[in-house]
Amino acid sequence: MADREPGLARSGPAADTRAAAGAGAAVGGAAGPRGLLRFITCGSVDDGKSTLIGRMLHDARTLADDQLAALAADSRRHGTQGEEVDFALLVDGLSAEREQGITIDVAYRYFATARRAFIVADTPGHEQYTRNMVTGASTADLAILLVDARKGVLTQTRRHAYLVHLLGIRNIVLAVNKMDLVGHDAGVFSAIVAEFRAFGERLGMAEAVAIPISALRGDNVLAGSAAMPWYTGPTLLRHLEEVEVDGARALAQPFRLPVQWVNRPSAEFRGFAGLVAAGRVRPGDPVRVLPSGRTSHVARIVTMDGDLAEAVAGQSGTLTLADEIDCARGSVIAAADAPPEVADQFEATIVWMDEAPLHVGRGYWLKLGTQTVSASVAAPKYVVNVNTLDHLAAKTLELNAIGVAEVRTDRAIAFAPYAESRSLGGFILIDKLTNATVAAGMLHFALRRAQNVHWQALDVSREARAALKNQRPAVLWFTGLSGSGKSTIANLVEKRLHRMNRHTFLLDGDNVRHGLNRDLGFTEADRIENIRRVGEVARLMADAGLIVITAFISPFRAEREMVRAMLPEGEFLEVFIDTPLEVAEARDVKGLYAKARAGKLKNFTGIDSPYEPPLAPEIRIDTTTMSAEDAARRIVERLLGED
Amino acid sequence: MPTAARLPAPDADPLDHLDRLEAEAIHIMREVVAETEKPVMLYSVGKDSAVMLHIARKAFYPARPPFPLLHIASGWDFAAMLAHRDRMAAETGMELLVAHNDAAAAAGVNPFDTPTPVYTRLMLTETLTAALDAHGFDAAFGGARRDEEKARAKERVFSFRGANHAWDPKNQRPELWNLYNARKRRGETIRVFPLSNWTELDVWAYVAREQVPLVPLYFAAERPTLWRDGLLLVVDDERFRFRPGERAEPRWVRFRTLGCYPLTGAVESRAATLPAILAEMRTARVSERAGRAVDQDESASMEKKKAEGYF
Repeated sequence: MADREPGLARSGPAADTRAAAGAGAAVGGAAGPRGLLRFITCGSVDDGKSTLIGRMLHDARTLADDQLAALAADSRRHGTQGEEVDFALLVDGLSAEREQGITIDVAYRYFATARRAFIVADTPGHEQYTRNMVTGASTADLAILLVDARKGVLTQTRRHAYLVHLLGIRNIVLAVNKMDLVGHDAGVFSAIVAEFRAFGERLGMAEAVAIPISALRGDNVLAGSAAMPWYTGPTLLRHLEEVEVDGARALAQPFRLPVQWVNRPSAEFRGFAGLVAAGRVRPGDPVRVLPSGRTSHVARIVTMDGDLAEAVAGQSGTLTLADEIDCARGSVIAAADAPPEVADQFEATIVWMDEAPLHVGRGYWLKLGTQTVSASVAAPKYVVNVNTLDHLAAKTLELNAIGVAEVRTDRAIAFAPYAESRSLGGFILIDKLTNATVAAGMLHFALRRAQNVHWQALDVSREARAALKNQRPAVLWFTGLSGSGKSTIANLVEKRLHRMNRHTFLLDGDNVRHGLNRDLGFTEADRIENIRRVGEVARLMADAGLIVITAFISPFRAEREMVRAMLPEGEFLEVFIDTPLEVAEARDVKGLYAKARAGKLKNFTGIDSPYEPPLAPEIRIDTTTMSAEDAARRIVERLLGED
Repeated sequence: MPTAARLPAPDADPLDHLDRLEAEAIHIMREVVAETEKPVMLYSVGKDSAVMLHIARKAFYPARPPFPLLHIASGWDFAAMLAHRDRMAAETGMELLVAHNDAAAAAGVNPFDTPTPVYTRLMLTETLTAALDAHGFDAAFGGARRDEEKARAKERVFSFRGANHAWDPKNQRPELWNLYNARKRRGETIRVFPLSNWTELDVWAYVAREQVPLVPLYFAAERPTLWRDGLLLVVDDERFRFRPGERAEPRWVRFRTLGCYPLTGAVESRAATLPAILAEMRTARVSERAGRAVDQDESASMEKKKAEGYF
């Protein structure tokens, strides 16, 4: 076995030097510190991906002796390579995991050579390929696209290339594997490279470095290949050690530090802690804090080992500023002369990762850098067929769909196009109810710059308007099934308030649908838009100083929470008119339940469309135990008690 | 973070892989403090915990790390670990909470008579989950690394646990870029692993670079030992129960991993300094968990223990 395995028989240069560096670098010796490269391997098991990863772990001498002995024994028993070592067995925990019913989406593996430490994102599996690959690629500096020399560029290769390009990976290696099975033929290799290059140009992809290898035999992985003297480029591991990584690129950009946490151990110290996303910073540098736009100077860069003269991209640091200015988690401290843009409407590519599809218009949490805001996604402009790259029309985004859509945030955020900065251009969307991470997104550009649509500064403030009316504005948001008694009780509440000289306005579901929302139907998407508009109107009226009362079924929690988020803390009061379905249906004031039961009315809440009751309403009214008058009195007491 | 003296040349990548791993761990810790209500750091007194604690001090300097330390004491800890634990708590000024299953100990549960899986569940796993519940911690840092074990390699940095603290590997959130989603339901808690991407060698190299204080047990010394069931045990106190014919012999040994002393195997070694240990690591090539009875008791044991709420 040993004489047929170059990696086992002779120690390659990387293996030798690593042995020295293992101790040398670590104790600060002459070998010097090593860099870090994160990469992803793309290819199916058939392309020899597991064999390649196993081979790299082996050649970099990452494996312990007991593991090597076990591998040799396993290879003879279960291997597919006869008497030879089957490297695939090293990383094929997969079959065992399938038996246990566990899907691993991304597994991370670690090895090091003298010059670099490597973190490999290994994304097996075909079913959730898009989601898995996007996750693995999001942190990778480099991608290895594996191609079987016998098969050439396949649809799958193109799909991998597209996803890698989408995630902004600039360093791409086209590893043409199994060269031993095509007689180490230079012609086969160059034909595959030419075909791939043509596809890459169509994508606008960075040029790939192509390397002919045999993962099984070890040719051009660590050691060069005597069988392929026509190839004069670097071996795969040599290339991984030498390629310039994105860290250097971020360093050349203007300074950005998204603030994670404000460090305030005493009244004398106020430090802003965060990971430097781009550029460098020194004490004395002028900086601008976004989104507020206030400027100051860096006073100190504080660490436990003493103050630094400079902090650079990739470091976690703590800055203090010369002036006491508004700066909190979510703020971005940036070079004063080159700050990032601030906006609240964007075009973005979105990869959907959840079983439940995108609800157009619904509010999700959007996390970008350290900023978390409420955001909604418009209907996609198109989705991409990852196999053909064709643009297709779509109304929503399903699991694993990749689409381009407009995203609106409820307040302006500091950002950069993803192509410039992963840290300030990549975001996730979080479902407000399940808390699941449902999508990954990459910002393209702002649709309108927030700086161009400054809120008109109004001299008469909402507080001043409310003060004139001698009241505190509020939105009493009634929710409940059709026929629960919302409108009845809302009416009584308004009459009561009116008698008390309060300025009110009642927005009623049926009435609004005759005017403002007459273009909307009762599908889930339309219901969401219906509530969004009513929420905006209610907010304007609250700004005018009014007490707004709304009576809408508003069946979905997410939309009610969206409206809550539009209003200042404490001004949104959710009033749950809690009437059991049987009771509401028995009343059936408008005869709608009967129609719905007869199938003449579709998407009727409680019958064939869900109602999500509030989990923690400010006010809950049980209409089976309380009269409408009593309910109205209680609601008014609760409202004015807040004053 | 390099100190001022190690300031990089302008054109080269100024950060080495330890700098990047440290920056990542600091970022993770700060996210947890910013986004959860009541975090705690699981402090096992081992080398990974030592590195984690050291990084926490850096992350929040000049403030003290804004969370307490929690040690799960089985009652069979090495005496040197308890001494080191108390010294580090005093040095950092952090609050130290110690959890111990008094009821099980009183009922006679011990590492000699009780089957190892039962002992582990009662003295470690259940003690841990009970302590988390009792204090209402919603996030707990652990020093686990993905390179340690197969089950770890699959786990997220932010690992969500249901009300019974069980890990559900089929239902994990995707983790993209460095954007961690810390939102959770009432009753859910998070285990957070800031050292996920570190290898054993990284930990040792970092200990050497930063002069992180470690328990002396990691360094070779002559200790009273005996071989039992394939493990080289150190007789740490008078409670050790000898089997007929067994007796302690002095040997030069050190530990690669630490746990309850009657269940943790040492390795024969003369490496009494960090450079000597690092030098030995490239020749003595067996995986580190080989020395733990706790992890050998059954196949896929880590996965099973995690499902029960173990770290």
